[in-house]
Amino acid sequence: MDKLLKLGRDMAQLWRSYGSSYLGGVRNTLLLALVATAIGCVIGLLCGILQTIPCSKNDRPLRRFGLGLVRALVRIYVEVFRGTPMVLQAVFIFYGLPYFTDNAMRFQSVWAAAILIVSINTGAYMAESVRGGILSVDPGQTEGAKAIGMTHVQTMTSVILPQALRNIMPQIGNNFIINVKDTSVMFIISFTEFFAFHRYITGVNNLYFPSAAIEMLGYLCMTLAASFLLRLLERRMDGSSSYELVQQDALTMTAGTYSLPGGARGGR
Amino acid sequence: MEQLLLEVRSLRKSFGSHEVLRGVDLAVRRGDVTSILGASGSGKSTLLRCLNLLETPDAGEILFRGESILRPGFSAPAYRARVGMVFQSFNLFANMTVLENCIVGQRRVLRRGREEAQERALLYLKKVGMAAYRNARPRQLSGGQKQRVAIARALSMEPELLLFDEPTSALDPEMVGEVLAVMRELAEEGMTMLVVTHEMAFAREISSGVVFMADGAVCETGAPEELFTAPKTEAARAFLARYRGAL
Repeated sequence: MDKLLKLGRDMAQLWRSYGSSYLGGVRNTLLLALVATAIGCVIGLLCGILQTIPCSKNDRPLRRFGLGLVRALVRIYVEVFRGTPMVLQAVFIFYGLPYFTDNAMRFQSVWAAAILIVSINTGAYMAESVRGGILSVDPGQTEGAKAIGMTHVQTMTSVILPQALRNIMPQIGNNFIINVKDTSVMFIISFTEFFAFHRYITGVNNLYFPSAAIEMLGYLCMTLAASFLLRLLERRMDGSSSYELVQQDALTMTAGTYSLPGGARGGR
Repeated sequence: MEQLLLEVRSLRKSFGSHEVLRGVDLAVRRGDVTSILGASGSGKSTLLRCLNLLETPDAGEILFRGESILRPGFSAPAYRARVGMVFQSFNLFANMTVLENCIVGQRRVLRRGREEAQERALLYLKKVGMAAYRNARPRQLSGGQKQRVAIARALSMEPELLLFDEPTSALDPEMVGEVLAVMRELAEEGMTMLVVTHEMAFAREISSGVVFMADGAVCETGAPEELFTAPKTEAARAFLARYRGAL
C-alpha cells in the first residue's frame, strides 16, 4: 500500500515539474495520429476504389493492362508497408532520402516526415479494410445504381462508399487507436511525441517507473476517449431509427415554385 | 413503318459452359406492355439483364431506337438512364431515405437542380403512394413498400422503357397486389414496359403482347388472349397448365 502511495507521490512530483511537457507530448501524439489516420484513410479509399474497378473481357486491351498494372502496384504497396515494421520504414524514408540524393533532398520538418510515414503505413492497412468494406456491400446496391445510369465513380461516391465507410468505421477506429500508440516509434526520427518525453524526462532523473505509469495512464486516456467518440460517430452515421410520416400534402404541382417545408428532408 | 423502340436479334449468352440464351429475338414498340413468361431457368431474367447491359451478351444484337447498344464505345450509363429497371430484390440504396433514393439519380446522372429533382421525386412517390414515407429508410419499409419506392426511383429518371425483373417474386402474397396496382396504372398510362413475371392473371390482363420462353429461346409470342387460351406449342401448353387455377 505504501508503495502505491510512493508511486502516487512520485507521479505527482513528475507531473508538477514536467506536466506541460507530457501534455505537449499528448498533443503531438494526438495530432500526428489524427492527421495520419485521416490521410491514411484517403490513401486506403483510393487504393480500395482502384482495386475494385470492374474489368471485363470486353474492355479495350489498354484499359485492361492499365487496370492490371494499377492493381499490381497497389498490391505491392500494401504488402511492403504492411509487412515491415513502421520504425524501419521511418528510418528508411527519413534517412534514405538524403542518402540517395547526396543530401540534396531531406525532410525540412520532422512533422512532415512523421505524417508521411504514419499515413503511408495506415494507408496500407486501410486499403485492405476499404476493399473488404466495398466487397461487403450488397452487389444489388451496385446494380441499382447502374440501373439508373450511374457511372462507376458516381456509384462509388453516392452509394457504395458511404455504406462501405459505415461498415469499416470500427476498423478506422482501430487504426486510429493503433496509431496513437504506435507513433511512439517516431522517436527514431526524433519526433517528440508523448513517449519521447518519457525518454527525455527520465534521462534527467531516475523516476523511470513513475514516468512509465504516467505514460500508461496517458495512453489509456487517449484511447478510451477515442473509443468513446468513435462509438458516438457510428451512432450518428446510422441515422435515426425511426421516421415520421409526412401527412400533410404540401406537394404543389407548379414547377419551380415548390419549396419543401422545413425539416421534411431527412438524412444528410 | 414505325421504328421499334427495342429490337433483339439472335441474342446469345453463356455462363461458362452453360448456354442460358440461345438466340433470342424480340421486338418492342413504344407503348407496348410485353410480359415474358417461362419456367425458372428459361433465361427470362438473363435476357432482361442483357437488355440493361448488366450482363454482356456473347453474340447477337440489341438495337435501341435502331441503334446498337453492343457496339464498342457505346455509353452504358447514358443508355441505362433512359431504360429503367425494377429488380426482384428492390436494390434501394440503404444509405439514403426514400426521397433521396428518388433524387440521387436525377441530380447526379441527369444533372437536374435540387428543387426540380425533389419535386419530381415527390410527384412519382405520390404516384406509387409512398410520398408520406419520404423520410423513411429502406430498412424500415415492408417489401411491397420498397418495391413501390423502387418503381418511383425508376420513374423519376423518366425512362423510355421500364424493365421489371420479377417485381413481385420476393413479396409476401398480401403485398403483391399493391405493386401490381402501380404497374397496372403505368401500363394504362402508356408506359413501355417489359415485365418478367409469374403472375399469370396479371400478365394476361395488362399485356399487349406475351412472350413465352423455354430453354433460352423464345418459344411462342402472341396476344395474351391467344397465348393463354390457345397456346400453339406443347411447351407453352404444359407451362400454362400449371397455372390453370390462377387464370
